[in-house]
Amino acid sequence: MRNGTIKQILLITDGYSNTGEDPVAMAALAKEQGITVNVIGVMEKDLIDEQSTNEIENIAMSGGGVSQVVYAQNLSQTVQMVTRQAMTQTIHGVVNKELQQILGSETKLEDLPPEKRGEVMEVVDDLGETSNLDILILVDMSASMKSKLPTVKEALLDLSLSLNARIGYNNYSIFLFPGKKKDVEKLLDWTPNLNKVSAIFPKLTAGGITPTGPALEEAVKHFKKKRSTRGRLEEYDERSIEESGL
Amino acid sequence: MMRDQLRNQVCNLKSGTAISGKWHSHKYYIVRKLGEGATGVVYLAQNENDEQVALKISFANMSVTAEVNVLKQLSKVHGKVLGPSLLDVDDWAVKQGTVMLSFYVMEYLKGEGFLPFISRKGEEWISVLVLQLLGDLEGLHQAGWTFGDLKPDNLIVTTNPFRLRLLDVGGTTQHGRAIKEFTEFFDRGYWGLGSRKADGAYDLFAVAMIFINGAYPKQFPKQEQPLKQLEKCIDEKKILRPYKKPLMKALKGEYSAASYMKNDILNVVKGGDKKPQSSSSTNNTTYATTGRRRRVKRKKKRTAETFFLLISVAIAYFVYFFIQVW
Repeated sequence: MRNGTIKQILLITDGYSNTGEDPVAMAALAKEQGITVNVIGVMEKDLIDEQSTNEIENIAMSGGGVSQVVYAQNLSQTVQMVTRQAMTQTIHGVVNKELQQILGSETKLEDLPPEKRGEVMEVVDDLGETSNLDILILVDMSASMKSKLPTVKEALLDLSLSLNARIGYNNYSIFLFPGKKKDVEKLLDWTPNLNKVSAIFPKLTAGGITPTGPALEEAVKHFKKKRSTRGRLEEYDERSIEESGL
Repeated sequence: MMRDQLRNQVCNLKSGTAISGKWHSHKYYIVRKLGEGATGVVYLAQNENDEQVALKISFANMSVTAEVNVLKQLSKVHGKVLGPSLLDVDDWAVKQGTVMLSFYVMEYLKGEGFLPFISRKGEEWISVLVLQLLGDLEGLHQAGWTFGDLKPDNLIVTTNPFRLRLLDVGGTTQHGRAIKEFTEFFDRGYWGLGSRKADGAYDLFAVAMIFINGAYPKQFPKQEQPLKQLEKCIDEKKILRPYKKPLMKALKGEYSAASYMKNDILNVVKGGDKKPQSSSSTNNTTYATTGRRRRVKRKKKRTAETFFLLISVAIAYFVYFFIQVW
């Protein structure tokens, strides 16, 4: 049996978008296409202002994901927690739909007595462990992020350590915004191995604008590209696994 | 915003607040807050029979269900009391029934935290408590579970007799799956010394770090070469030095079972009584070599057996051959 794939965008930012499309609308578009948008706001000593915090929450809400504002030193733990939580949420949503089909339109997991809920939760847990995950990471490269970049890199490596411990397969891709020439720049194409990132992760920011909306739009497109080129690859992969007798 | 408000409310329940369950209709009265974690708050509460219980309310209802599942699994681990026993699971309706908060009730373990206990009673208690912990972990591991988020905050020492108990079982994970909850200082992944796939050795790494934490209550951040750094930390403390061998083995993930680590630590404790410190390491090596020698002997015995068998088969064949020729 083949397991489903969960699609996520993880946006790491420290401020308010100031150019291009509305990121909240772009997140809603992503959600419509089955991609969850999670947002992490990174602070240093400076607190993030309310306007930015609101935007962070709104992007995640309309993207069907999870948001959290944290100090840079807690980034590693937060990145993995947010990703996990969002996965569970997605699976939870799918399971709820199934339940409604079986038990009637108004039934939710919370309406079951605690004992039954436990059994369903075991299924949710199993799916969280075995589902495949495609995660596209969008990193804010505006000037204020410069001092936080080493921490971001550490956090991403740490995330791959957590996710690769799962039974399901993972695919990572990293985009930066703003890029050197364009609004968005691809740093890493889809790969199951995030370790490469430590060598190529930039130390300098591109500065200036924060085009969060266009970055999200580009990220969603990249998921589509993947689907068209990877369909064949996946088949090939499965065949080769079968042939090797595993 | 609304989620934050709710979280604030749940975190600051006043003493005397009544919590009644929707499904089993038991009532609990809040006494005081015991602790707060990433997923919820634990309160000391009183049940209808005026008994003290620990009550955990979560901000994320699903995590309650997941934790309850683990507690139920743990109660099946034969013969050992690992975590606190589970008493009740229910939902609490707040805001005129518009919001449901899941909670569960467990046995209230009264005792002292691991680190406060050590600093009050003395460092020699570290090895005693760690030995107890390893005994408990052996049972858990044999049942196919990894505790996961093993750290001093999740350990409590109950009195009469002094006994170490595990508190927060939320991170318990089946072997072979990804660790769900961890704390960096006690996580082998953070130190670059292994994966976050659950197995017995994951917990044993944490045990070694708890041991080290006992001698370094303040902890310390990771440096460039973590294993060398940790080795140095062990060398620099008198209380840790005799245990260097088992600690390093656990840090490197070389123990396949908690009982082996327990044995090695026990050997240091025993050896330490007669000749302190320096001899304990030689003690360990003799232990290791006798093990090897025994294996060599067994191997010799096996070759002898094969040889004997071969000879007798040959003789039997010759006898058969001669009978045929006659």
